[in-house]
Amino acid sequence: MSTTIEKITQSTTIEKISKKSFISKLNYDWKYNRLLLLMSIPGLIMIALFAYYPMVGIVTAFQNYSLFLGIRGSEWIGFDNFIRFFNDPNFFRIIKNTFVLGSVNLLWAFPAPIILALLINEVVHPKMKRFVQTATYLPYFVSVVVIVGIMKTIFGDTGIVNGLLANFGVDPIQFFNESGYFRSLYVGSGIWQEIGYASILYLAAITGIDPEMYEAAKMDGCSKFKQIFYITLPALRPTIIVLLILAIGGIISVGFDKILLMYSPATYDVADVISTYVYRKGIIDQDYGFSSAIGLFNSLVSIVFVFGANYLSRKFLKESLW
Amino acid sequence: MKKNPNKIKEPMGDRVFLSFVYIILAILVLVMLYPFVYVVSVSISDPAEVIAGKVTFFPKGFDLGAFKTMIDHPIFFTAYKNTIVYTALGTSFTLFFTAITAYPLSKDKFQMRPFFSKVYLITMFFGGGMIPTYLAYKSLHMLDTIWVMVLPGALSAFNIILMRSFFRNIPESLSESAYIDGATDFQILVKVILPLSKPILATIGLFTAVGIWNGYFNALLYLNDIDKYPLQMILRNILVSASFNPAEKDAYSQLNHSATESLKMASIVITTLPIMCSYPFIQKYIVKGMMIGSIKG
Repeated sequence: MSTTIEKITQSTTIEKISKKSFISKLNYDWKYNRLLLLMSIPGLIMIALFAYYPMVGIVTAFQNYSLFLGIRGSEWIGFDNFIRFFNDPNFFRIIKNTFVLGSVNLLWAFPAPIILALLINEVVHPKMKRFVQTATYLPYFVSVVVIVGIMKTIFGDTGIVNGLLANFGVDPIQFFNESGYFRSLYVGSGIWQEIGYASILYLAAITGIDPEMYEAAKMDGCSKFKQIFYITLPALRPTIIVLLILAIGGIISVGFDKILLMYSPATYDVADVISTYVYRKGIIDQDYGFSSAIGLFNSLVSIVFVFGANYLSRKFLKESLW
Repeated sequence: MKKNPNKIKEPMGDRVFLSFVYIILAILVLVMLYPFVYVVSVSISDPAEVIAGKVTFFPKGFDLGAFKTMIDHPIFFTAYKNTIVYTALGTSFTLFFTAITAYPLSKDKFQMRPFFSKVYLITMFFGGGMIPTYLAYKSLHMLDTIWVMVLPGALSAFNIILMRSFFRNIPESLSESAYIDGATDFQILVKVILPLSKPILATIGLFTAVGIWNGYFNALLYLNDIDKYPLQMILRNILVSASFNPAEKDAYSQLNHSATESLKMASIVITTLPIMCSYPFIQKYIVKGMMIGSIKG
């Protein structure tokens, strides 16, 4: 009984306290919610060490950073690292590659799962539907290393693609050493891996459409094909827009762990993107300050993209993420 | 399907359309599954037939020699052990830290809740980036240790949000009655909330486990010691080494020079088998995971 009374008094205190200062809230929690406060400590330590502490290192972008001198001892050089990056002979190449690869990927990989969801939705037999879904989700759980490994085998010198081409009298093609094939391989393998998984959200949205609409359309003699354009796609519009904003915002965060496995100096002219350059300069060449600067530049551009995409969508489509 | 005498016959156009749909999906399923079939076929075929380029779909001959070579290889064995350790530890840490962090954030009475939530939310949008993060782990003396593989990834704002929303959907009256019975918050979490949260624990746990099992990039950045390499790093050397930088250590390069197609495909099978075996189990949670993720709010 006494605990219930305490509870009531406690809840009235909450209303009073909610307008109070940070310290008094902390005091309140120390008094009444001590265990909750203690439970928060491990997570706070983790996030401080592994998310906030690394942010301190961003200042190395403005330093001639050396491992021996550390952040405190290293020389401050202002924007020199950025100026060096803008004058870097690779500057235009990596910027262009990042945008082109991201855009080409968006162009092909974004509509693919929508089409798949529409197709799966037409399947009548539930078992067949399930089978198609199971088969298309499967590649999502395969690692990039394995995917690139399989690609290198299938498209290799002795792989089956070159074997097929040989039947038509075509000389073996070095798919991984010719720039012309890189983008297709990158985008194609990405679609292969993610089309099924990405279609889940669209399929879920389709399930939410009122079946009576289809019935009515059928009565009016509307064909299945037309139903897609006049019922399903308009119903999917909000989902498509939200995912498109997200995709445009992430256009420059290309999957560079896959590129790192796929590219070679022979294909740098189309495959080298900002993040792979950061990796080579920073981890391999140990040019820390310079690569931090490139990384910071990359983050700033991607923030501009996320907010820009959202702004444009709010302005023209009256839909936004926040 | 049951025959329904009153059923209106589908119009001709729709039947043509439907057969198109089935044809496209059949091709698609073939494309999706072909690489898997190919990998398995090459790995169990007679290596001579593979070299002759005769294996295109079904296995030719039968030879498990490639599997024996891979399993007997000491480096491969160590890497397999490492991956199991990283996956088990990393997943346990993830579930532990996520649950204990999300629980206070699910309680309205907790005054620090809005502030702490913001602290976690910010990390979803801002981060140090590759090089500053590398330097931070270096200064924490975490490079080349097992901890760099299992700790930093254990707490993500995204998972906290998922779990917190799940906790908040559990009726508050359950906690209330436990309070009245004199239970502490910790006891409520362990005895009331967690047993009811199996779906979210399974979803986060499975996705984390698959992520760690399949990841190579953290190891590439933070590990130098070959004895600590996870499977995917060894696999990367066997499968795609040709394109890689000369700065790599040579100690296990013999693995990739001697790797025939049969060995490569056998190593893929051994590495991916655990995931494929747990796939029917994972599948239950795929849709669930995707849906909770999208309505996090």
